Amino acid sequence: MGMENANFLVVEDSPTMRQLISFSLKRFKNAKIIEAVDGVDALKKLSGPDRIDLILTDINMPVMDGLKLVSLVRQNAQLKNIPIIIITTEGAEEDRERGLALGANAYISKPIQSSHLIKTISELLSV
Amino acid sequence: MSEESKAEKFLEIFNKGKEFTEELLRENQRLRYRLASLETEHAGGASNDEVRRLREQISQLSEENRRIAQRFREVEEENKDFANRYIEIEEQNNNLANLYVASYQLHSTLDFREVIQIVQEIIINLVGAESFAILLLDEKTNELKAIAYEGEDVMPGLESISTRLGEGVLGTVAKTGESYYVNQDIDGGAITIEKPLAAVPLKIKEHVIGLIVIYRLLQQKDAFSAVDYELFSLLAAHAATAIFSSKLYSQSERKLNTIQSFLDLLTTTT
Repeated sequence: MGMENANFLVVEDSPTMRQLISFSLKRFKNAKIIEAVDGVDALKKLSGPDRIDLILTDINMPVMDGLKLVSLVRQNAQLKNIPIIIITTEGAEEDRERGLALGANAYISKPIQSSHLIKTISELLSV
Repeated sequence: MSEESKAEKFLEIFNKGKEFTEELLRENQRLRYRLASLETEHAGGASNDEVRRLREQISQLSEENRRIAQRFREVEEENKDFANRYIEIEEQNNNLANLYVASYQLHSTLDFREVIQIVQEIIINLVGAESFAILLLDEKTNELKAIAYEGEDVMPGLESISTRLGEGVLGTVAKTGESYYVNQDIDGGAITIEKPLAAVPLKIKEHVIGLIVIYRLLQQKDAFSAVDYELFSLLAAHAATAIFSSKLYSQSERKLNTIQSFLDLLTTTT
């Protein structure tokens, strides 16, 4: 999977963060950004017609949180190989370890640095 | 000619021949010596030229080497400058993106509660604050009161902040319009409700309408960085206009509803 024409799923309850992440993702040529407001909404979007190449999810969200979403995606045969990046205000080491243990590929603490996010995505998509 | 004179004549010729031969040998020896010395001289001269030429070449190469080393150092310095500049531009880029998104969101609604919600999101996600309060100034009573807050578990008492204009740190910031920051490393001391980590006035031009007060940053954020101060002030300015206009809008909407009800009442009664 290359970095061009990638489809990103941004899962965030905060419209400000959704817009900020989407703004950063526009650096990728022809990127398509699909937004979801919580874990349940994300699962609906994942079962939709769009192929998703990478998921960026918050942890603290209503209805279904990000950790549950990561866990469900990893248990799903069709979705389990999609790279996942957790973007959260939870910066403790144990939170990071928990997120990565559930199957997230990267863990980024807020406030995010756009360059760091782009670098992380590039590394995951170029594998 | 007698036999004796023939012998003398022969001896004389022989002696002349001997002298001539000896002279030839000497001349030969002299020429050989001259040739040898010329050869030595010639050989010695060529060697000196070569050495001189090689020395000149070494000198030129050394000079070139020094010049290249100097240029290399200059290019290395330029590279460092470019790398630093790149980092600075990335930070500025990041700040501009934050500011763009923040202002876009802040001015996307005229609903007062929504604006306050967006300001809270910005403070958490973009500034990186864990515990903070938004205070608004009541111009009738000159009192600053908390209208929204987050992280009361780490800073109890946020919900009941109330201070008069000009009193304490918060009142002074509201009166002077000058931001207040504590450098934890230098200033030390405990952060209290009255002595926050940062207090930034919500200003429309020189008119202060309230404050954003930060008590604690997220665990992963040790301190404010240099660019944070600038961003924070710009965000506060945008937040101020958004809060002020949404407040005015909700007031005018209330008045409009009252007038509309009054008109409806008049129409019905007539």
